Amino acid sequence: MSKEQTVYIGGIGVISAIGNNVAENLDALVSGRAGMQAMQRLQSVHKDTLPVAEVALSNEALAARAGLPDTVSRTALLSAVAAKEAIADAGIECSKWRTGFISANSVGGMDKTEDFFPGFLEDAGSGDLKMVVNHECGAVTEVVADALGIKDFVTTISTACSSSANSIFLGARMIRQGVLDVVVAGGTDALTRFTLNGFNTLMILDQEYCQPFDENRRGLNLGEGAGYVVLVSEEVAATLSKKPFCALSGWCNANDAYHQTASSPTGTGSLLAMKGALKKSGLSPAAISYINLHGTGTQNNDIAEGTAIATLFEGNYPPMSSTKSFTGHTLGASGAIEAVYAVLAIREGLVFPSLRLQTPMKDLPFSVTTVLEKRQIDHVLSNSFGFGGNCSSLVFSRAALNHL
Amino acid sequence: MYIQSAYAVSPQGSFNELLESSAQYRGDRLTCKEPDYSKYIDPKLIRRMSRIIKMGAAAAMECLQQANVSMPDVITTGTAYGCLADTDQFLTRMVEFKEELLSPTAFIQSTHNTVGAQIALMLKCHHYNNTYVHRGSSFEAALTDAIGLIGEGEAKTALVGGVDEIIEKSHAILSRFDLYKKDGDTANLIGDPGKGTMAGEGAAFFLLNSQREAGCLAKLEAFQNWYKPSVPVTTLVANFLKRHQVPAGSIDLLITGANGDARYNSLYEAVQQSVLSAVPAITYKQFCGEYPTSAAFALWMAAMIVSTGRVPGAAEPAAPKRVLVFNNYKQLYPSLYLLSAC
Repeated sequence: MSKEQTVYIGGIGVISAIGNNVAENLDALVSGRAGMQAMQRLQSVHKDTLPVAEVALSNEALAARAGLPDTVSRTALLSAVAAKEAIADAGIECSKWRTGFISANSVGGMDKTEDFFPGFLEDAGSGDLKMVVNHECGAVTEVVADALGIKDFVTTISTACSSSANSIFLGARMIRQGVLDVVVAGGTDALTRFTLNGFNTLMILDQEYCQPFDENRRGLNLGEGAGYVVLVSEEVAATLSKKPFCALSGWCNANDAYHQTASSPTGTGSLLAMKGALKKSGLSPAAISYINLHGTGTQNNDIAEGTAIATLFEGNYPPMSSTKSFTGHTLGASGAIEAVYAVLAIREGLVFPSLRLQTPMKDLPFSVTTVLEKRQIDHVLSNSFGFGGNCSSLVFSRAALNHL
Repeated sequence: MYIQSAYAVSPQGSFNELLESSAQYRGDRLTCKEPDYSKYIDPKLIRRMSRIIKMGAAAAMECLQQANVSMPDVITTGTAYGCLADTDQFLTRMVEFKEELLSPTAFIQSTHNTVGAQIALMLKCHHYNNTYVHRGSSFEAALTDAIGLIGEGEAKTALVGGVDEIIEKSHAILSRFDLYKKDGDTANLIGDPGKGTMAGEGAAFFLLNSQREAGCLAKLEAFQNWYKPSVPVTTLVANFLKRHQVPAGSIDLLITGANGDARYNSLYEAVQQSVLSAVPAITYKQFCGEYPTSAAFALWMAAMIVSTGRVPGAAEPAAPKRVLVFNNYKQLYPSLYLLSAC
C-alpha cells in the first residue's frame, strides 16, 4: 500500500440481469445462473436473433424502488436503484460529509430519445419534450444526484465501455486530494435500440450466448444495469458501523491509441493500464489473487487482453474470469458492476467462473476459470476497456481497518 | 498552474479578428468559422470525421503546435452533447431503415469520447485520456481532472478542451424549449430587453503546464465551479476571492457569461453591483453564443487578453494583468476562473 491515505469501499450496490441487488447478483454468480435470454422488454426487429441480458424489472417497478417517476430514462432508474443500495449498505448519511456523486454512462437518456425520434422526424414540432429533457448523459446523473441529495461534487464520465472504472478512481483521487470525504461512484446503462444496432453493424454481437476467452468465441451479448461503490476516507471509515474490509488500492487509465474501435493485437493499452494500476497499488503481478477480465467475448478484445496478461503475468497466472458471461456487456455500467463483483470476491473468498467455455484460446498460455473456486482473495485486478482506446484497470485489496 | 497555449475554433476566425472587427451574426445562432483542416489533420481522416471531431482535433493540434509539445501527459475533454451529427445520422437511419442496412461509421463516431480518442490516435498518445459529459460543467470537470493530476504529480502537461456543436435537429429541439431569440443580433444581444439568447458552439483547447515555460499565455491562479449551489452567487464569488486572498480591486477585468436573455440578466448584475462593483466588465457570448461548454471560449479569450494586453469590444481598459471569468450556465453551474499575466 502506498503511504497516501487508504480509500475504503464503504458500501456496494448493483442491479443487472442476474439480480436486482447485491444478494441476488451474488447468488447467481455462485449458482452459475446467467442473465441472457431472448429480448423481453426492448422493442427491436432483432428480437428473435440477438439475445440480451435485460434487468428483469419494468420501468414502473424500477421507478417504485427508486422513488422516481416512471417517465424518466431507464438509465436513471437503474442508477438510482443501485446507488441507493450502495448508500444503504454503507449505512452512511451523505449530508454529514462532503459527498460527491460521480456516475458514468454511454448513451444517457437515449432509450427515451429513440422513442421520441420517429414522430419528430415526421414533424419537427411533434413529440413530447419530456422525453428528450434527459437525453444528455449528465442529465441522467443529475436525476439521481438530486434524488440522493448530493451536490458537493457531481459529474459524469463517458469513455464508452471503460466509463465507470474511471468514475471509481476519480472518486478515490478526490478523497486523497482532500476535496471530498465520501463519493458514490459507478455507472449505469440501459439497453437501447441505438446501442444494439450500433454493435450489430460492427458485427460483434453473438447470436448465441457469449463465450468469453473461448477459441471459437463469436462476439458479445449486450446487457444493462448499474453498479456503485461508496468510497470513503479513513476518517469516514472509522465512523461506519459496518467496518470496511476492502480498499481501492490501485488504478490506471491509459490509451491504446491504435484504432477508434479495435484493440491493438499487442494489447498495448490494456498492458499499460494493468501495469499502471499494479504500480499505483505497490503490488507485483504475483500478489493478484483474481483478475476480473474485461472479457467481452469478441475476437479482438479477448486476444488483445489475453496477450497483455500473458506479457504481464508471464508464467504465473492468477485465476481469472469474465463475469460478462453472466451479465452480458453492460457498457458504461460494466466497470462498476464488476467492481462490485471484485469486492464480493474478496468478501466471500470466491473466484467466479466464466460460463460456457468449451475450448480455451490456443494462442494464450492460460485459460479462464470455469468453476466456482473457494479461496482466499486479497487483491483483485479488474479490467475495463472501451472504444476510443480507453483502457482502465482497478485494483481492489483486502484492507482491514486495524489501525483504527 | 500555467496556460502555456490555447486555441479556439469558434464563430470568430481568430483573436485578431475578434479585436479588429468581430464577426456578427443575426438570427438565433452563431456558427463556427472552421479552419483549414489540412494544416492539422490527414486528408483521409478529414473526409471521415464529422464537424465536431475536426473542430476539436484542429483546436488541440494548434494548441500543441503553439506550445511545441508533441505528447501531453494528459488529455481531458468536456462535451455536454457529444458527437451530435453522428448520433443524429445513426439514429435517423435506424428509424428510416427500420434497423436494417446500417453502416457502423456514424455509430463508431457517435461515442462521447471520440474527440479525445481521435486526438490520442493522431498523436499516438498512450497517456491518461478521459471525457466528461456533464451538461454546463463538462469543461469544468475536464479541467478539474487535469489540475488534479498535475497536483498529484502524475502529470506536468495536460491538454484540456471543451467542445460542443449545433446540428439542425438539436437546434430544432432546443428551440422548442424557448431558449433563443428568433431575430437576435450579436451587435446588440447583450442588454436586449427580450427573453432568449442566441445558440453557439465551439471547440477550445488548452495546454496546461505545471511550470512557467517561455511563451506561456497566462497563469491560472484559481478555478472553482459548483453544482446547483444553494447560496447566492454573490456569496460564492466573495468567498472565492477571500479564499484566494484576491481583493476585488486587484482585478482589472471581469468577463461575464451574460447571454442577452433578460430573464436571467439580474444574476450577473447582482455580482457586478456588489462584490465586483468597481471592476470593469465585458461579456463574451456575443462572440460565441450560448452553449454548455462556452466557458472554454471565455477562458481562451481571457488568456489571450492577459497575454496580449488587448481587450475585444468598445470599453477598453488599459492592458489588464488580472482577469476573472464568471459564467453561470442556466443559473445551475456557476464557474470562476482567475487568470493573470505571466
